[in-house]
Amino acid sequence: MIKAILIFNNHGKPRLSKFYQPYSEDTQQQIIRETFHLVSKRDENVCNFLEGGLLIGGSDNKLIYRHYATLYFVFCVDSSESELGILDLIQVFVETLDKCFENVCELDLIFHVDKVHNILAEMVMGGMVLETNMNEIVTQIDAQNKLEKSEQITYTGLFCIGQDFSRAGLAGAPARAVSAVKNMNLPEIPRNINIGDISIKVPNLPSFK
Amino acid sequence: MPAVSKGDGMRGLAVFISDIRNCKSKEAEIKRINKELANIRSKFKGDKALDGYSKKKYVCKLLFIFLLGHDIDFGHMEAVNLLSSNKYTEKQIGYLFISVLVNSNSELIRLINNAIKNDLASRNPTFMCLALHCIANVGSREMGEAFAADIPRILVAGDSMDSVKQSAALCLLRLYKASPDLVPMGEWTARVVHLLNDQHMGVVTAAVSLITCLCKKNPDDFKTCVSLAVSRLSRIVSSASTDLQDYTYYFVPAPWLSVKLLRLLQCYPPPEDAAVKGRLVECLETVLNKAQEPPKSKKVQHSNAKNAILFETISLIIHYDSEPNLLVRACNQLGQFLQHRETNLRYLALESMCTLASSEFSHEAVKTHIETVINALKTERDVSVRQRAADLLYAMCDRSNAKQIVSEMLRYLETADYAIREEIVLKVAILAEKYAVDYSWYVDTILNLIRIAGDYVSEEVWYRVLQIVTNRDDVQGYAAKTVFEALQAPACHENMVKVGGYILGEFGNLIAGDPRSSPPVQFSLLHSKFHLCSVATRALLLSTYIKFINLFPETKATIQGVLRAGAQLRNADVELQQRAVEYLTLSSVASTDVLATVLEEMPPFPERESSILAKLKRKKGPGAGSALDDGRRDPSSNDINGGVEPTPSTVSTPSPSADLLGLRAAPPPAAAPAPAGTGNLLVDVFSDGPAAQPSLGPTPEEAFLSELEPPAPESPMALLADPAPVADPGPEDIGPPVPEADELLNKFVCKNNGVLFENQLLQIGVKSEFRQNLGRMYLFYGNKTSVQFQNFSPTVVHPGDLQTQLAVHTKRVAAQVDGGAQVQQVLNIECLRDFLTPPLLSVRFRYGGAPQSLTLKLPVTINKFFQPTEMAAQDFFQRWKQLSQPLQEAQKIFKANHPMDAEVTKAKLLGFGSALLDNVDPNPENFVGAGIIQTKALQVGCLLRLEPNAQAQMYRLTLRTSKEPVSRHLCELLAQQF
Repeated sequence: MIKAILIFNNHGKPRLSKFYQPYSEDTQQQIIRETFHLVSKRDENVCNFLEGGLLIGGSDNKLIYRHYATLYFVFCVDSSESELGILDLIQVFVETLDKCFENVCELDLIFHVDKVHNILAEMVMGGMVLETNMNEIVTQIDAQNKLEKSEQITYTGLFCIGQDFSRAGLAGAPARAVSAVKNMNLPEIPRNINIGDISIKVPNLPSFK
Repeated sequence: MPAVSKGDGMRGLAVFISDIRNCKSKEAEIKRINKELANIRSKFKGDKALDGYSKKKYVCKLLFIFLLGHDIDFGHMEAVNLLSSNKYTEKQIGYLFISVLVNSNSELIRLINNAIKNDLASRNPTFMCLALHCIANVGSREMGEAFAADIPRILVAGDSMDSVKQSAALCLLRLYKASPDLVPMGEWTARVVHLLNDQHMGVVTAAVSLITCLCKKNPDDFKTCVSLAVSRLSRIVSSASTDLQDYTYYFVPAPWLSVKLLRLLQCYPPPEDAAVKGRLVECLETVLNKAQEPPKSKKVQHSNAKNAILFETISLIIHYDSEPNLLVRACNQLGQFLQHRETNLRYLALESMCTLASSEFSHEAVKTHIETVINALKTERDVSVRQRAADLLYAMCDRSNAKQIVSEMLRYLETADYAIREEIVLKVAILAEKYAVDYSWYVDTILNLIRIAGDYVSEEVWYRVLQIVTNRDDVQGYAAKTVFEALQAPACHENMVKVGGYILGEFGNLIAGDPRSSPPVQFSLLHSKFHLCSVATRALLLSTYIKFINLFPETKATIQGVLRAGAQLRNADVELQQRAVEYLTLSSVASTDVLATVLEEMPPFPERESSILAKLKRKKGPGAGSALDDGRRDPSSNDINGGVEPTPSTVSTPSPSADLLGLRAAPPPAAAPAPAGTGNLLVDVFSDGPAAQPSLGPTPEEAFLSELEPPAPESPMALLADPAPVADPGPEDIGPPVPEADELLNKFVCKNNGVLFENQLLQIGVKSEFRQNLGRMYLFYGNKTSVQFQNFSPTVVHPGDLQTQLAVHTKRVAAQVDGGAQVQQVLNIECLRDFLTPPLLSVRFRYGGAPQSLTLKLPVTINKFFQPTEMAAQDFFQRWKQLSQPLQEAQKIFKANHPMDAEVTKAKLLGFGSALLDNVDPNPENFVGAGIIQTKALQVGCLLRLEPNAQAQMYRLTLRTSKEPVSRHLCELLAQQF
């Protein structure tokens, strides 16, 4: 079974953590840190599997990870999972994110934590793989979005015209906020690197069209 | 169209996140977060009802804050309220909050369960899926109790949607894993098996996962799944790459499902039905054939998916272990992968070959790849892969290639990664012993090990070589000669000095004829190392010297001179001083005959399982020692190496029930015959010495010399009875423990792992394990700041006379800890006798120039050395009565500080270390436990009884042990846990 799914960036900042076994908040943070230390010191082109850190079960568990530009995707699994299968699953996850966010980048994961969780929930449930068919997953997410949209319309009609007006009027605002953030001097990213580097889109990955 | 449009974002959230990311310091970030938390709290508390959008925004903010590592202690109630909303958006965000943030707060769980119940009954598939996800993600026992009966119904109901069935299957699986007793088997099981025929591949995948887990406990209930799985697999394997449409992944049809089906088949023996078996073998052959076909795509995803199936197929072939033809094909396939350019494939091939090596059909085939594997060990860039290569060499080793493999491993050791050196050392030591044809090779190998990687040669390894040399007289002369030569190196490892000292002390006479190694030369060679060695080694050398006085009377005067020197006689270390005093007196008082008897050569050691093997197993988990356990492959080895073979039946653990009542309470009839003969004489000579400890060993002189004995696996540190770290500060120059030290200690009475301490700068985590009277503790020091700690020095201090009760070896850690980094410290602990106060851990370092110091109590309490003991009611009461002296009993009546939950209590008692005995107490509410506290000097039998009184919210705890301070101390420790 999958024990945990972690996403963090090249500097160890967590971008998503999902634990399928109860751990205290402290331990969760320690696991993230420990995993980052284990994974980040490895060269590119070495193998994608390594023994788990002490906190998450030691040598009985494996860390299976992939590194996409600025982000590490790490799955911690026990011996009942196929290593290559999990590697494929990470790829499916990333491709699904890419489809849902259209050229997904690190900032999408930051600003849409809830969506990322929802996408993950369509793939993995309670540590077991639920669905691997990308089209099916995207269909589900689409359906959720439609539901959401339809409910937002009801809001406008019923209570919060004022607020919705501000939302509608500033439809571009969140996007502007995002691009503003992209231009800001992010403390954990070296300053002289431009916006392009934040994107986790990797052109040389065969998977992306 | 993208499924999530970017304009959808929440502005307040975006602003908040960018604020956080702009914070220049940790403090500013914390300040900003606290401000936001206060804002959200006031919004939640406010009178104005929040709309769905705002609730969602705030919950997203909380999730973000949580992800940054801050505790969220509110919002749970709001999240629960969202669950009962009719709006999907609100419901979804509520469930998300709960699955990420909920802890097992029983009050809330009940409310959550109510919401889930409604959603499950709603017949709205979206809501049902949300509810099922929540159950699966939380997976607590309360949820299991509430829903375990409903979910099978949903799973097999004819009108459930596919997505609901999928979720229900995995939800049930999760509940079954968490609490198997709650999931009732019933007529639904047969219908679950038929889900393997479902149209929807997603449903089949989920069902296979469920069945794989359920069938392990109830293979017969599910055995019809084998033929269904085979036919499903065969349909997939033989389908064209486009047949399965969406489930085709990079031209591979349904790789996930195939892998899962192959895993399921590994739960059963080969199918008996010839037709089914034929079809399966055909499948397996097809997969092997496809591996040889040219790839349909150059993409790595294609080859990954294809090879995932291939590796699982090979695992199944190895599991069946009955088709020689397939096994050899599998081995050849893996052989190809060993040289593949994909690192992942080389890694997996090495790993699979390890299991293949233990099959008699393929062992020889695996051996043909030895050169490739050795090459991998030498040239792989990735330590994970090198480690697999070392594992495989270990697994494929037999008598024919042992010398080659051992020498390659030794060569590798010189450049090996620090992380795996100890393991390689253990493996080399085991292989050398197991496949030694002549023991001179074995001795050479171990001495080489010490020379190359002395720091990583653990006590088990060098104890073992001493045991073997002592037991085999054909190698003793050679061993003496070799260690003598090895010691002549200008710089030799301390472990070499230990082995050398011991062997020369026993068998130095065998080489004394040669003038180049005459007694005075031997002595001066050893003594030239003396001053550079640790206390433990010097103590051992003193014992060697007294043995020299017996072996070579001509050295007596010189040695007495050394013993008499102030550096020895008045040594600050009590152990050295005592040895010097006693040996000096012994050598001057006792007659030659007495000396000869006392200092006789050590008798052979009893056969026992190699402690090295035990250590490797501990390190690697079960199965690691397979090359040795697996006797069938190499039956002849038993004859030659019989004296040192692992023989489980002779593991020298005393029968627990016999010793429960602490042998020292009353003289037991058989264990301690009155010391007779020479023993008496010795006791007279040293009537005021503390050395005579009857009942420890089988003969009196062994008891007397117990400190010379290379210890049994149970007490491998006996030689190092007093190993206080040299640089320890005395108790006076460390500060008093922090105020919360006792509370922190209490948290660890019933558990071994966790966070010991945390403040703004530093976090200290603990992981420990205890066996018999020994323990190993890992301390993790995490620097939470971004600034390097300097002069970082954690030390362990024994207050009062704890030093004689508990030995703690610490390894030094680096003096600098980088910002955000973690360093690990290993502590080896031996309980010498019962003790009441824990050792202190003093941590000192400089942070930004300012000295910091911190003293904590190390979570080592006497109960860690418990060994649980099972016994019947009758035995229990008999022992209970025997311990009826007033001081042997300690009792406490106290109020419950925590909810009185029987399961939690059970877990705590087990964590405390005693066995829990059912059907002993007539009142089933009460808990009864028994165990033995293992210390090096004595064992203390303990019986305990805990009587909860739910009405009064009180407990009565009674302890009876054979040693009265222990009763009181245990009673106090345990009473604080409830």
